[in-house]
Amino acid sequence: MQKFTSIVSKVVPLLMDNVDTDQIIPARFLKVTDKAGLGEALFADWRYNSDGSPKPDFVLNLQEMKGRQILLVGDNFGCGSSREHAPWALVGYGFRVVISTSFADIFRNNALKNGLLPVILDQQAHSQLVQACQDNPDLELTVDLEAQTIKLPDGRSESFPIDAFSKTCLLNGVDEIGYVLGLLPQIEAYESAHQK
Amino acid sequence: MSDFKPKTLFEKIWDAHVVAQPPGGPTVLYIDLHLIHEVTSPQAFEGLRRRGLKVRRPDRTFATMDHGIPTHDRSLPIVDELAAKQIAALERNCAENGITLFGIRQGADKQGIVHVIGPELGLTQPGKTIVCGDSHTATHGAFGALGFGIGTSEVEMVLATQCLLQRKPKTMNVRVEGKLQKGVTAKDIILAIIAKYGVGVGTGYVFEYTGDVIRRLSMEERMTICNMSIEGGSRAGLIAPDDTTFEFLYGREFAPKGAEWDRAVEAWRKLPSDPDAPYDATIELDASTLEPMITYGTNPGMGMPITGRVPDPDKLGDTSQRAALQKALAYMNLQPNQPLLGHPIDVVFIGSCTNSRISDLREAARLLKGRRVKEGVRVIVVPGSTQVKRQAEREGLHEIFINAGAEWREAGCSMCIAMNGDELQPGQYCVSTSNRNFEGRQGKGGRTFLASPLTAAACALTGVITDVRTLLN
Repeated sequence: MQKFTSIVSKVVPLLMDNVDTDQIIPARFLKVTDKAGLGEALFADWRYNSDGSPKPDFVLNLQEMKGRQILLVGDNFGCGSSREHAPWALVGYGFRVVISTSFADIFRNNALKNGLLPVILDQQAHSQLVQACQDNPDLELTVDLEAQTIKLPDGRSESFPIDAFSKTCLLNGVDEIGYVLGLLPQIEAYESAHQK
Repeated sequence: MSDFKPKTLFEKIWDAHVVAQPPGGPTVLYIDLHLIHEVTSPQAFEGLRRRGLKVRRPDRTFATMDHGIPTHDRSLPIVDELAAKQIAALERNCAENGITLFGIRQGADKQGIVHVIGPELGLTQPGKTIVCGDSHTATHGAFGALGFGIGTSEVEMVLATQCLLQRKPKTMNVRVEGKLQKGVTAKDIILAIIAKYGVGVGTGYVFEYTGDVIRRLSMEERMTICNMSIEGGSRAGLIAPDDTTFEFLYGREFAPKGAEWDRAVEAWRKLPSDPDAPYDATIELDASTLEPMITYGTNPGMGMPITGRVPDPDKLGDTSQRAALQKALAYMNLQPNQPLLGHPIDVVFIGSCTNSRISDLREAARLLKGRRVKEGVRVIVVPGSTQVKRQAEREGLHEIFINAGAEWREAGCSMCIAMNGDELQPGQYCVSTSNRNFEGRQGKGGRTFLASPLTAAACALTGVITDVRTLLN
């Protein structure tokens, strides 16, 4: 897995609640057998006209938003389908951090396994960050996983929670499957004790 | 015992599947049954291949094809090259790893939507942990199993280890009491719960549905409710197993037989939550006052009684809720305060893992029998499995549908996810028995009204949004 330590980036605001994974990547793009190239399909129906041309007013299509790695969204991001194509598309596009007040459980799990950091802020901190980004759309944030902080250029800092295991996995690019494979003797013991 | 600690159904299943609990880390949870399908598994098998591994427990892994397959004549070649590639990949992956496949060529007599065939074959059983790379795995909770959706990386982990790393979720008691009125169904119950409490209420929780209404429901009705737990934000939704559960399972292909059956039932009877077992939260719904429900917006929480009026964004205090409703109404091309009754529709879809079982088809057929669907309305009926299709045909339901002017299809997900060419055209309105009304879910630009099979059949007859109670005698 791609490691995550810290990044410095400007922010792409997409301030809607309940953005579902069908919007992040519509189902017709799921007919793939690999993970490559899905960044092109990210938010496809909001991003492109039916002839494939970009919709000029969608945030990802604004010239100044190109190359930004932090996505700032509303509550309950990633609800709906379990498709891991959603984080694959976000990471494929170039995002490394999504900031919200909450994430759907399956999306959050999927993001963590792909080096995409889901940052949860409380309502007040989130509102303040939204305001700061509205006041200065070119605001640069420093997201530091080790310190579990988001720093603003004016010195303000917000901390965010993440469980110790996920943090370690992201910081070191730990392969979780490799970790569980290391527990095979315990798995076999469980199977034998429970006749499975 | 003085140290007896009452446990919920969920906690009993969880505790029985803990392989290891490293301090401070996630639980290593054993998975009894892994269901896979063609769309969310290819990258997982590719990952296994890169590791030089085979599937660890092919005997606990079952595959079907549902999401991307055609629901027309299956003897024809598959036109969609990408779908064909996924189908071929699943066939190869199952063959290489010794996994039983219920596909469109091999094992086709048992093929169907993954959440329909699991219960139908008796693979789904009380007390089991069941996962699938599909969020509607919550369906299996109807049997008192812990079923939840996972991503493809987790599919790979289960294929490799038969385990998952999980943080223990909290429990929410979803109590449904009262007496359902005529024309009000299980689908209306779950749509009402989500409309009342929102699409995020279950985040971080597993639901357990309790109350006298739930106890009186059939297994297929229970599956409809548990299926849409994820639409309330909960990865899993459980119902305590009881005689209804055991009667449904008895004699099914993979259900225990003989003395093993008796032992299994004895164990299953111990699964229901202990009296006084604490839940982390409780929500309630009074079913007595329920009407048939319909959604008006672009998430399943945007639902209302069918006689209601579309809400007015200007009356919402919260700015983000107001913006969301405005965006949804613009997409749906609906006006604030308008009634939905009488609103014209273009398509009716009866199918999906929510409502494609034999009782759903019987309900729809009951209304369509001897009648014709409204001219100009396209009605598609897609059974949930090949076995459901055959059963329906034995009962003559297909003739009722065909004579009414509906299309009768092969089993699959079809227009619930619109990956296989069964899709709405931009701007079309569809009354759908499926589970998601997200923008573009049933085809780019398509507009979805979620409802029960009864309501869908009523709308098919009239060509407009209709209160089914006006058509029931």
